[in-house]
Amino acid sequence: MTATATSAESVRGGGARRLVDRVARVRELGIVIALAVLFAVTGAVNPTFLGYASLRDILLNSAIVALLAVGQTLVVITRNVDLSVSSVVGLTAFGGALVLADNPGVPVAVVIAGCVLLGAVCGAVNGLLVGVAKVPALVATLGTLYAFRGIDYAWAGGRQVNAADMPDSFLALGTSSVLGVPLPALVALVVLLVVGWMLRNLRSGRELYAIGSNPEAAVLAGIRVRRRIVAAFVAGGALAGLAGVLWAARFGTVDATVATGKELDVIAAVVVGGVAIFGGSGTVYGAALGALLLASITSALAVLRVDALAQTAINGALLIAAIVLDRILALRVAAALRRRRFRDAA
Amino acid sequence: MDLTPVLSLSQVSKAFGAVRAVREVSLDLYPGEVHALAGENGAGKSTLVKILSGVHRPDTGRILLDGEPVEFAGPADAQQAGVAVIYQEPTLFPDLSVMENIFMGRQPRSRFGIDRRAMREAASALFTRLGVRLDPDQPARGLSIADQQLVEIAKALSRQARVLVMDEPTAALSGNEVARLFGVAKTLREQGCALLFISHRLEEMFELCTRVTTLRDGGHVATDLIADITPDDLVRRMVGRELDALFPKQETDAGEVALKVGRLTREGVFTDVSFEVRRGEIVALAGLVGAGRSEVARAIFGIDRWDAGSVEVGGRRLRPASPTAAMAAGLALVPEDRRQQGLVMDLSIERNIGLAGPAAVRRGPLVSRAAERSRAADWAVRLRLKYARLADPVDVLSGGNQQKVVLAKWLARGPSVLIVDEPTRGIDVGTKAEVHRLLSELAGSGVAVLMISSELPEVLGMADRVLVMHEGRLVAELPRAQATEETVMAAATGRSAA
Repeated sequence: MTATATSAESVRGGGARRLVDRVARVRELGIVIALAVLFAVTGAVNPTFLGYASLRDILLNSAIVALLAVGQTLVVITRNVDLSVSSVVGLTAFGGALVLADNPGVPVAVVIAGCVLLGAVCGAVNGLLVGVAKVPALVATLGTLYAFRGIDYAWAGGRQVNAADMPDSFLALGTSSVLGVPLPALVALVVLLVVGWMLRNLRSGRELYAIGSNPEAAVLAGIRVRRRIVAAFVAGGALAGLAGVLWAARFGTVDATVATGKELDVIAAVVVGGVAIFGGSGTVYGAALGALLLASITSALAVLRVDALAQTAINGALLIAAIVLDRILALRVAAALRRRRFRDAA
Repeated sequence: MDLTPVLSLSQVSKAFGAVRAVREVSLDLYPGEVHALAGENGAGKSTLVKILSGVHRPDTGRILLDGEPVEFAGPADAQQAGVAVIYQEPTLFPDLSVMENIFMGRQPRSRFGIDRRAMREAASALFTRLGVRLDPDQPARGLSIADQQLVEIAKALSRQARVLVMDEPTAALSGNEVARLFGVAKTLREQGCALLFISHRLEEMFELCTRVTTLRDGGHVATDLIADITPDDLVRRMVGRELDALFPKQETDAGEVALKVGRLTREGVFTDVSFEVRRGEIVALAGLVGAGRSEVARAIFGIDRWDAGSVEVGGRRLRPASPTAAMAAGLALVPEDRRQQGLVMDLSIERNIGLAGPAAVRRGPLVSRAAERSRAADWAVRLRLKYARLADPVDVLSGGNQQKVVLAKWLARGPSVLIVDEPTRGIDVGTKAEVHRLLSELAGSGVAVLMISSELPEVLGMADRVLVMHEGRLVAELPRAQATEETVMAAATGRSAA
């Protein structure tokens, strides 16, 4: 029954499919190529960059941002943004560390669960503001960025928790390795795979893309837009809570300023990773690769003895390059589709 | 046949602010019937469709499903009840594949999540049933409007819709595509579906439908068996008056060429478009939605680039892609969507009128409020604008008066060429006639007018010449004497060899 349709179709529809597939893959492939070039060049100049210690450092440094980038992707896909992630990380990192320091008997698992839950609650606040109260995400999460940080400051009251105050079993979360791979990186990888699978294979995951792709059509299609947006923010918040736990365990010294400004790194990773900032397309794999690329560049620049101040500028340039590349690709796809349609019509 | 209607509207009313979009309209849809909904633009058809689809809730009146009262709290409820709507502008997810568009929220699942293979097969089966060739994996972005509609119909089929509402589905289709759509509609009818069909093309209603309900200005005029009436009867019900009185185009002598478009091409949008408009002439650009008419206007005015060809205003070549150059040369464009493109809704009437010609109201680097006000007052009188105060935001005006403000804004610049895109869309009948009078007077005073319009009576009544576009090409140029509903539509749908 489909024989005639497919044979005729492979000429016409196949071209477009290949094109779009290629463009989608180009983004993730592009990051992989950029990583390869970066490692080759830096490694040639300074072979220690390719050593185990250096690679381990890069994985450790990118793990937390990658985790946050996965959560941010969930939100960005729905045509929203969560600026408050860094404050949620700060709040949960400090909260978790403080509870452990003050109550040595509390099981580590309870603390982890508590931090994730606290993150989810913060996410729910964002979700309700954006999804239900219809406050634009940029404004709502900018507000909670300050609000959550303010709670953090009030709670800390200038206190600092040190590694010596926390049990070793907790600190091990941030420092131990499995088969040579740092634990935080493994956690990020597992989360990445799970969320990636959910976005691709669950109806709710596809609905997030639908909402970002055309919000009005999503309403007409009977998608419960509000609920989905709240859920995306809650999931993003929960992942930020988990990132807070890893942060506290990894760095050991925690005060109320933890992770300040990190939200911009996270959004940069998401954008570099090819997630459309206006929603509807992109993958968590791309976002995680984006985080890895940014962390690698920072390490490489340090190895190449580039001034730390210049590093920030280079990261910025990369971000702009990524957006320009996106725009060019999008225009070329649109032009190609237009031309093809026109040819078919004639 | 079953004597209970699948779906009924009983004395339904809906108002938006002061505008009563639908007034006490009743409508019964029986299984196995194709019911036409007729009426001019702004008669309330779209509002009625949105009530059926659960987008709007009626202020008063009831919706009955199988004779039982129901309430649609949202589109999901209406879909649950088996009501599917194919909108004029299909509402797809551009980033997602065709099959995901069809099955969004209802994707076939296996134990491991969404079963893409089953979904692909189901989509292919639907397309086979519809007799169309579409690739289920293709992204919806880049599909033609006809193909997008087919995706929507496939979606409705997959939901086992009992009531299928088609809101001007043929507006953007070519002859073959219309025939294909009618084939699909007849199949659905035989399967016991109730169809509500909205179209501006009378011959389509007479070909496809069994009954017709006519609306005028939001009210119910009549419901007739198609077999009992003639197209003329139907037009009279829709318009409620004779057509001739409506469009008073004065006879004028065409002067020198004011606008000359030569072989203008924008790749993939329109090709080889050439025409002239003389001073004192009204030239209509007719064609179906999506034929590329507005795109030509946008290119002439410099909003979009063109790939080849030339535009001359008053004998001088226009710099491409520069609205500033176009305005300096004496061009003015009244866009299709006045709320989005023509007006700043929150600003006052006087400021909106002053927007396009700041030079005249400027004192040094500042805008003179007094000059702005006196100029606005002057134009308000000349266009017979109905308003409370010039300082009111344009938002509070009716659609027709808003359109006058857009016109005033451009006319205040004294343009030599005026391009108007759908000048009377969504405007009540009385104001419509005034806009027509205005355009006619402008032509009389030597302005060259290029009018894009989808309303045939307007085209036929106003234009000295009719240019017809079909799929990006200019396919016919008809002088007034030869332009009839049949010749224009034939050219617009690509049915003539012209």
